Amino acid sequence: MTTASRRSALKQGSALAALVACGLLTTRQARAFADSSAFELKTMDEVLKALGGTPADSKDITITSPDIAENGAVVPIAVTSNLPKTQEIYIVVEKNPLPLTAGFVIPEGTDAFVSTRVKMGQSANVHVIVKADGKLYSARKETKVTLGGCGG
Amino acid sequence: MGDPMRIRAQIKDGTTDVRVLMGHPMETGLRKDAAGKAVPAHYISDVKVSLGDRTVLTAKWGTAVSQNPFLQFRFQGAKVGDKVTVSWADNKGDKRTDEAMIV
Repeated sequence: MTTASRRSALKQGSALAALVACGLLTTRQARAFADSSAFELKTMDEVLKALGGTPADSKDITITSPDIAENGAVVPIAVTSNLPKTQEIYIVVEKNPLPLTAGFVIPEGTDAFVSTRVKMGQSANVHVIVKADGKLYSARKETKVTLGGCGG
Repeated sequence: MGDPMRIRAQIKDGTTDVRVLMGHPMETGLRKDAAGKAVPAHYISDVKVSLGDRTVLTAKWGTAVSQNPFLQFRFQGAKVGDKVTVSWADNKGDKRTDEAMIV
């Protein structure tokens, strides 16, 4: 995809979201990548549905995060996927008010590794969903939070 | 326009390691201020990193990415002196683009 078409695709994103809402397009057709509306879903199940179904457990996904996070406002999370043809990586924090936290598209030539920092309201499982070769895989790791990240 | 990003791109054995710190409040929309009024959500929703015409990473974020977001990733096929361009856009239509040279 050229830069120009990607840019216009981004602009069309909101219009597409409207079409999806009207049921004219399925999410899959509109965009392979998770639609922005998926970030507003309130439960883990809804998020999985939006991403395209139930992922298979995989040992090829490594989640690096603290076992105990002192400050829930800043929890470092790094993800490495050893699955061949990793296309997308999602970070989903199970008990957050809005579980889907971040989604990354990994083009060819980019390593299947991302690291970022997220907010966690309480101790919860951090799920990582990876789309590789068109299929969904997941792994999870529990992180305990001593001070929640949602009170400010 | 938000604050300038801090971007570091270092190449080692052909792999470019990119680290970005963005300046953004990342308000969830769930927090209340001292007066008990809800603080409206204000967060970076889209991130794109490119190397010239090539997109090396696209990200979509929700409200739960920490304040002043940090992002690290790696890619292949660049050389010293190439420029990495990082852009973000937030839910209020603000955006910012910065670039850094690979060292």
